[in-house]
Amino acid sequence: MINIKDLSVRAGDFRLSNVNLRVPKSAYAVLMGKTGCGKTTLLECVCGLKRAVAGSIYFDDHEVTNLRPAERGVGYVPQDGAIFSTMKVSDQLAFGPSVRGWEKSEAKLRSEEIADELGIGYLMNRYPAGLSGGERQRIALGRALSCRPQVLCLDEPLSALDDDTKDEICELIERLRRNHPFTALHITHSRAEAERLGDMIFKIEGNDCLLVEGQAN
Amino acid sequence: MAEEAYSPSKIRSDVPFLAAIWGISGMYVVLIIAVLAADASYTSVHDLWSAVNDPNVRASIWLTLQTCSVTAILSVIVSVPAGYVLARYHFPLKRVFDSILDIPIVLPPLVIGLSLLILFNQVMVGGQSIEKWLGEWLSGLHAWNESIPSGVTYRIPAIILAQFTVSCAFAVRTMRNTFDGIDPRQEKVAMTLGCGRSGAFWLIALPQASRGVIAAGTLAWARALGEFGPVLVFAGATRGSTEVLATTVFLEISIGNLEGAVAVSFLMIAVAIMVLTAVRILGMRQTV
Repeated sequence: MINIKDLSVRAGDFRLSNVNLRVPKSAYAVLMGKTGCGKTTLLECVCGLKRAVAGSIYFDDHEVTNLRPAERGVGYVPQDGAIFSTMKVSDQLAFGPSVRGWEKSEAKLRSEEIADELGIGYLMNRYPAGLSGGERQRIALGRALSCRPQVLCLDEPLSALDDDTKDEICELIERLRRNHPFTALHITHSRAEAERLGDMIFKIEGNDCLLVEGQAN
Repeated sequence: MAEEAYSPSKIRSDVPFLAAIWGISGMYVVLIIAVLAADASYTSVHDLWSAVNDPNVRASIWLTLQTCSVTAILSVIVSVPAGYVLARYHFPLKRVFDSILDIPIVLPPLVIGLSLLILFNQVMVGGQSIEKWLGEWLSGLHAWNESIPSGVTYRIPAIILAQFTVSCAFAVRTMRNTFDGIDPRQEKVAMTLGCGRSGAFWLIALPQASRGVIAAGTLAWARALGEFGPVLVFAGATRGSTEVLATTVFLEISIGNLEGAVAVSFLMIAVAIMVLTAVRILGMRQTV
């Protein structure tokens, strides 16, 4: 489903060259590597937030290399959720459908549906200030899934959470995987998290992105 | 050994540090209060009342409020995109671009006035000065509506331009710091959800920058109120025409009316405190 071919991407002075990676449809891939090796740069390139210098990215057989982020059908969950601080939770969950031109009633219905699924219905009228790390990550996940993306990109979504909350969010991700047909690319430093969630584990070493666990097809 | 390391005698007292920071801050506050008290001792209620009732001073107050407000609005319009560009984008010669935006802060105000005067009257574009180009265009509008000035130099637009050139630089700094403090990943998330760059700016970045916008506008307004040098050189100090409060103080001093100058200074302080307080209260209400 995600097929990265000879991709080169640059972030300031840093350059990641000739990366190849293939994640089958509906698989959950975990990307590991040392700090500063280019994991986030690669993930942002998949999301369309960084331009590829060379190479190509395909979702199914559709090339998305030069498409804008909004045109790719990706959901993005950054490290601490990057929750919109001026919006109520209900507005955050309805944001994607609204900007994509859904009817107001449809967007509201979708936000309620997602909130029920993630168990955050009680937060709908709250602003982000004062929410816990776990609640923020649930909102970020819900917001990313609100437009039913084909690819979900998660950048260390559990790194700032305590063990119990990490466990809860892992269970939530496992449940979401059963209900939603997305293909995931998840960055983590935690081996335990990678083994629990990942169908396949990739590791960036130098300029190589190696499949260290799981099968490419 | 460990006990010795944790002994209270080994840890420096906080008293000198606290005394230093409170003492230095307090001294500055005392200086400002002393300056205001000195002004107050040199004026009287009668002088203030006379100043308020002087038609020239009244016209000056009204023109000051108008020009400062226009300057603040223009500064916000320019500083928001400029601050956003500086905070979000890396481009060749960014440091040069950044330094150019700081020039009005470091240049002596008189030099800015002089530079504007030369730009509008000595630099030729297509064989004509900018003043002449604008003069022809504004004359057409002036014929249609007499309240519109027929030129720039030594007229009201020159006051606004002189104030804007300095004030906007402070507003740009404020907006840059504001956008630097907003997590760009929120805009990135918005772009994956369906926004373009403009949507991410209008829907995510700008609402979060609302306090900064109010701060930038307030700062620009306050700077414009105190601007004297560039206004004097570029707009002149003609009674009832291009007289703003800062130039009123100058005109009163030039005719030897020190009491009047101090009274007008007090009015400036009062106007500044009222406007800044009102804007801050409104800003706080909006962002609660």
